Amino acid sequence: MMLRDLFAVVMLSGVFSLLSAGLFVALDAVDVAFTEAAVGAGISTVLMLGTMALTDREEKRPQHSRALPMLVVLVTGAALIYGTADLPPFGSPDAPVHQHVGPEYIERTPHEIGLPNVVTAVLASYRSFDTLGETTVVFTAGIAVIVLLHRSNAGRRREEDEEEEEI
Amino acid sequence: MDHHFILRVISKMLIPPIMLYALYVQFHGDFGPGGGFQAGVIFAVAFILYAIVYGVDKLRLVLTPAVVRAAVSLGVIMYAGTGVYSLFKGYNFLDFAALAEKGHAEHGQHLGILIVEGGVGLTVAAVMVAIFMAFTSRAPDIKDTDW
Amino acid sequence: MWDIFDSDFIVGHYNYWMTIVLMMIGLYVVVSRGNLVKKIVGLNLFQTSVFMLYISMGKIFGGTAPILTDNPDEVYANPLPHVLILTAIVVGIATTALGLALVIRIKEQFGTIEEDEIFDIEQDLARHPVASDGGR
Repeated sequence: MMLRDLFAVVMLSGVFSLLSAGLFVALDAVDVAFTEAAVGAGISTVLMLGTMALTDREEKRPQHSRALPMLVVLVTGAALIYGTADLPPFGSPDAPVHQHVGPEYIERTPHEIGLPNVVTAVLASYRSFDTLGETTVVFTAGIAVIVLLHRSNAGRRREEDEEEEEI
Repeated sequence: MDHHFILRVISKMLIPPIMLYALYVQFHGDFGPGGGFQAGVIFAVAFILYAIVYGVDKLRLVLTPAVVRAAVSLGVIMYAGTGVYSLFKGYNFLDFAALAEKGHAEHGQHLGILIVEGGVGLTVAAVMVAIFMAFTSRAPDIKDTDW
Repeated sequence: MWDIFDSDFIVGHYNYWMTIVLMMIGLYVVVSRGNLVKKIVGLNLFQTSVFMLYISMGKIFGGTAPILTDNPDEVYANPLPHVLILTAIVVGIATTALGLALVIRIKEQFGTIEEDEIFDIEQDLARHPVASDGGR
């Protein structure tokens, strides 16, 4: 975050996504690691590089002091750490999250659906509405980006003809 | 011989296995890690790699923007259409029991999950390619030697 | 009060503290930097730390990935956080793409992507409204 060259910032964020995908594998979340590696280290880096090709390549020197953001961040972090005292310890099987719906999905999947991958079964069958909503969100984002940015070939060639006439 | 020669040869060899891997991930999402989203992103990456190495104009010859936009809508229609089909058969919305034959409830689930994940993969792949095409359709102001 | 900070407490909670540290770094980047692309990178950092928090809550020691094997005594990790975070990752990439498209349009309209310069240009426009601004 101290870097001013945006190319290095984008590359480092891609490396960070890859490392977090490795962390997800270590936490037994293979589906999530797959998605994070493909999306974060792949598509996100490509889009940010495309943005940098159309905007600046370096950040301006910071003008105002950074004491106030640092203070806000430290106070918020301290409050959050104080709040984690009540959370269940890491990796214990008695945590409340493992009591109700989680084991029930694992038990019901072999009988009702018959697929080994429980995450796909939950995503596509038990929680199908959420996946429909997510697909609609991706659809809407695609349409919005097309409306904002897409310039058809006719407009571009007219601009190039104008440039050639000026020269 | 321009300095993109190695890139062109390697990407020519890599793009078909990438697409094949995307299809593998899509259909084996039931048995291992994978599913619609991952497969859609990997499939889009194959096309984006082609556009990066050979130029966006060549990608537009292969995949016209109209086809990409049609694919974006087709995936969502496949997904929501399965739900509406269940409604017509008298079950709840997105109830996969409407796709099952008598006595084989699991087959209905399998068929439903196949169609639904297929729709998701198609939409995600088409949206990623469409976003990339929209980003690169603005006139860039850098030359090849600046990098 | 300080006697509760024994080694069991630290071993049981350090995953939350690590994600909070990452979260605060992301928040700091969003708040303190003026460049819009850096703000979006900081937002992605914040998002990824929240994903790590959820996934670490779903882990069980001695368990494995939630893909059913033939072993009847196998302990599986909780699939529910995985499903939620999968959706969240895809929605995150959608919002990042939209944010970057907006940054490109802002650059075309204002000529800069630094936040304070955009603020100055908007103040000037408010004070001296230009009639033919719709043509850009």
